[in-house]
Amino acid sequence: MRKIIFVLSLLLPMGVMAAGGNVHLDKAEYDLTDKASLQTGAKLFMNYCLGCHQTQYQRYQRTFDDLGIPVDLGQEYLQFTGEKPGEHIKNAMPAESAAKWFGAPPPDLTLVARVRGADWIYTYLRSFYADESTKFGVNNLVFPDVGMPHALQELQGVPRKTTEKMLVDGEMVERYVGIKADGSGELSAAEYDTAVLDLVNYLVYIGEPSRLQSEQIGRWVMIFLLVLLVLVYLLKKEYWRDVH
Amino acid sequence: MDWVEYRLPIMRVANMHAIQYPAPRNMNFWYMFGFLATIVLVNQIVTGVWLTMSFTPTAEEAFASVEYIMRDVEYGYILRYMHSTGASAFFIVVYLHMFRGMIYGSYQKPRELLWLFGMFIYLALMAEAFMGYVLPWGQMSYWGAQVIVSLFSAIPVIGPDLVIWIQGDYVISGATLNRFFALHVIALPLVIVILVFLHIVALHEVGSNNPDGTDVKRKKGSLKEEEKTNFKIHEYYTSKYDIVDDIVPFFPHIVLKDLVGFSFFLLAFCYIMFFNPEMGGYFLEHPNFEIANPLKTPEHIFPVWYFTPFYAILKAVPHKLGGVIAMFAAIIFLALLPWLDRGKVKSWRYRCGLHRWNLIIFAAVFIFLGYLGGTPQENWKIIASQILTIMYFGFFVLLFIYSKNERTIPVPARITE
Repeated sequence: MRKIIFVLSLLLPMGVMAAGGNVHLDKAEYDLTDKASLQTGAKLFMNYCLGCHQTQYQRYQRTFDDLGIPVDLGQEYLQFTGEKPGEHIKNAMPAESAAKWFGAPPPDLTLVARVRGADWIYTYLRSFYADESTKFGVNNLVFPDVGMPHALQELQGVPRKTTEKMLVDGEMVERYVGIKADGSGELSAAEYDTAVLDLVNYLVYIGEPSRLQSEQIGRWVMIFLLVLLVLVYLLKKEYWRDVH
Repeated sequence: MDWVEYRLPIMRVANMHAIQYPAPRNMNFWYMFGFLATIVLVNQIVTGVWLTMSFTPTAEEAFASVEYIMRDVEYGYILRYMHSTGASAFFIVVYLHMFRGMIYGSYQKPRELLWLFGMFIYLALMAEAFMGYVLPWGQMSYWGAQVIVSLFSAIPVIGPDLVIWIQGDYVISGATLNRFFALHVIALPLVIVILVFLHIVALHEVGSNNPDGTDVKRKKGSLKEEEKTNFKIHEYYTSKYDIVDDIVPFFPHIVLKDLVGFSFFLLAFCYIMFFNPEMGGYFLEHPNFEIANPLKTPEHIFPVWYFTPFYAILKAVPHKLGGVIAMFAAIIFLALLPWLDRGKVKSWRYRCGLHRWNLIIFAAVFIFLGYLGGTPQENWKIIASQILTIMYFGFFVLLFIYSKNERTIPVPARITE
């Protein structure tokens, strides 16, 4: 009886305990047909994410093929572990130590775009801000008290919550206006957004690598079914002509 | 052919049940959902067999093997999406099929047993769908199973032991996954196929109802020759009854009509399957793309959309055992429709206005309960689901009362359209 009460109590909403909450998410205008963007995204992922996060259900070979990357180039620039392109995209981090370092092992990201949605990842990666009170010196607006460092800080620079003084109802008020990087990163703010979008594009791809092929087949199926519908309808009409 | 036919009555059975079966000519689009349900059943079995070839039913490998099917098996993603879209499509067509039965009184005498077989199919289908949803071993698979299985612990005395017996372990685990796999791919499909067979045999024994509720079979010798149908109907039916000239043979007329509906259905089905298989998180829930983690409870736990009306009823009752009883009662009341409805007129076309409104409101209540059961809990929703639960059962109570001495419109002697 206590167990069932426990389980049922889990069904009640638990406020903003988990990530997500009520933060406004920016729309990620990703494009799965943009191979250049996907390749950039793959490069960013392999360099900045794979150290901790695996995409263990996807093989290098599949990624190379779908993104139009020659295998030898892919192996040279994108594959840092394993020898064969047929291997899964994994890292060498032992799960147990990872759990010790971060509190929980870094989740596999193969399907993260299907769990969280592209908009969430796009906003999340642009919502880190410096916060000395946390273990890694950063916090996140979308995922408060997140247990990971800002992996893209090298690119973005140190992001800070910025406030501006403004006149509201005749009074000077200090208001939060957004996150701004301090300029120490390799990329400008606009370039950083594009880079994150490329990364999101890649994560959407890897979540469902068959998406484009599926839609391509689907279009032919729809055309076939429309023709079938017309033919079947005419045949039915012919047979039913004398009934009524 | 004759050699085989002499030993096995293939053509006789085909003629009797699929070709020269008399079907009322006014069967409208509501009558295609039984045909569609059969098609979806075949789809589920065939794609299921192929999925089984690459699926590993263990807690360690299940999730990865689904992704293996999605990535490494040739066209595996099509098989998987056919199966997952098929599961939701099954419930869509079954719900429409059941509502058809309600509006045209297809459960009334002499089709009570037919309706009961249908309800058993529906129950088996719910068990089948629930266990199938556990197999990919995602977060919703795991926690959904946790919630549903723990419902049995509300049963007095034997409850807690029963839960352990069902799970095969003290918690939901690989043992549970493995037995659900066995039930999902062997036991329940067998049960469903047998029940569907009985459902169809029972239907053909009493004959199809129609939107007018007018019987197309009359007492032998009661019809003049020109009132009888000219279509070739199997002597199994003509030897017992005179068949009114209001019918068409199942083949080709009904089959062609069903094929038109089938084409529309396939268009919708394939659109979802190829372009939008998650259906906004309704057909494939987003959290289920994360591997099951017994230590991490998802923010919200919902069953898949087709269970949410009953889930809302469960949550509406503040008492746990009471909630479980209310949930099962919701299904039992549906099964008892043939006896709760004391009316003699079948179709809502010729019944009182109250009956028509009662049916429409019942459908709306069911949909709204589904909404309440499938979205995060809020205070107003608890009260709303309590009111709607009362309205759900109110449908049956009202029907029982007004159907006794109902003011009806005379049913036409012959089919009108």
